[in-house]
Amino acid sequence: MILLDFTLRQGTFTLEIHERLTARVTALFGPSGSGKTTILDAIAGLRRPDGGSIAIDSRVLFDPAAGVNLPPHRRHVGYVAQDVALFPHMTVKQNVLYGRRDGQKLALNTVAPMLEIADLLDRRVPQLSGGERQRVAVARALMSAPQVLLFDEPLAAVDVERRRRIWPYLERVRDDLGVPIVYVTHDPVEVDRLADRVVQIENGRVIDRPFTFLR
Amino acid sequence: MDVWRITWFTLATAALATALMLPPGLFIAWALARGRFRGRLLLDTLVSLPLVMPPVATGLVLLTLFAPFGLFGRALARAGVQVVFTWKAVVLAMTVMGLPLFVRTVRAGFEQVDRRFEAAASTLGAAPLRVFLTVTLPLARPAVIAGAVLGFARAIGEFGATIMIAGSIPGSTRTLAVAIFSLSEIGRTREAAGLVLVCAAIAFAALWWSNRLVWAAGDRA
Repeated sequence: MILLDFTLRQGTFTLEIHERLTARVTALFGPSGSGKTTILDAIAGLRRPDGGSIAIDSRVLFDPAAGVNLPPHRRHVGYVAQDVALFPHMTVKQNVLYGRRDGQKLALNTVAPMLEIADLLDRRVPQLSGGERQRVAVARALMSAPQVLLFDEPLAAVDVERRRRIWPYLERVRDDLGVPIVYVTHDPVEVDRLADRVVQIENGRVIDRPFTFLR
Repeated sequence: MDVWRITWFTLATAALATALMLPPGLFIAWALARGRFRGRLLLDTLVSLPLVMPPVATGLVLLTLFAPFGLFGRALARAGVQVVFTWKAVVLAMTVMGLPLFVRTVRAGFEQVDRRFEAAASTLGAAPLRVFLTVTLPLARPAVIAGAVLGFARAIGEFGATIMIAGSIPGSTRTLAVAIFSLSEIGRTREAAGLVLVCAAIAFAALWWSNRLVWAAGDRA
């Protein structure tokens, strides 16, 4: 369960969300500029809301009233940002193992075949294609043993053809690992394919409207 | 006069000064590039001060502080360490005068490191020090090397502060720059000119190398 109950002001824009996410994959769906990425940044601790609280299960990440605001490195979230931000000065393997924690169950020889990156491990980041980068970024996030995975339009930079080819990997992550996923997208086909629940965001608010596939 | 002895002494003290610039220089550059704290502007200004003040004036400040009766000199003297008019004073003057160039270059390098990489590292569980050592510093490596080369080159050429706090004692505190001045003052112009060539060669090599690194980094980006 992911509790999102906060407001965040930025200039004239106000983001306000009061949601409990219990689905395996929750899609945050809405037009660009609606505040979807800001929600992920707030969960990851990269942006500080003005007030409210954020929690994963019983673990409070942010609750200024109780004096809690964990720094990003102590939040245990796996964040795959839109630009994926693989470290350009490291090999694929060094990237994937960067966030590995002691005593974590998931091994590289489980994750690498699942995302089909075993053959890429010795490559350097600039040699990877867009789709390969996405898979490596997902693997890197998984290896940090996250309590929640945050995907910010992970397929936005990939063309439709490749996008379809990456979906099965994401479905494997969803079905095999039991880590809840919050998935930002503005592609209704993607929502339909991957998400169990849709939260529609517009102009910083959650709107209650039936999700129509052919919008 | 022994050209090689003076050259070696200058290179060794400048290298030591460059090494001493690294710890405070990296920290100050990082604080200026990434920190949000009160007094940031003040720190920025203070660090660059030796760059614009007359070096002789900086030298006089150092002399006042490190003389046996000075603020730091008193404590050092009690510990049996004498700084002024020894090789240590040469290193001190070089460090203070080279630091601004190092900090400015490295700071610009840190500012060019994309914050998204640092954010990614932190969400992967890296504490700030680890983010700095494994992401920020390696990605800014060309700037750090370029800054060290500039600081080193500045240290080689240091004159004004050195003559104030270390003097021109042959075989003890006389660097290339100081020797050029001292020799030409007593009319040994030919020998001074020889030292000028040595200085020019070192400065040329240092700047060439530094510029090449910066260019290479620019081509990659």
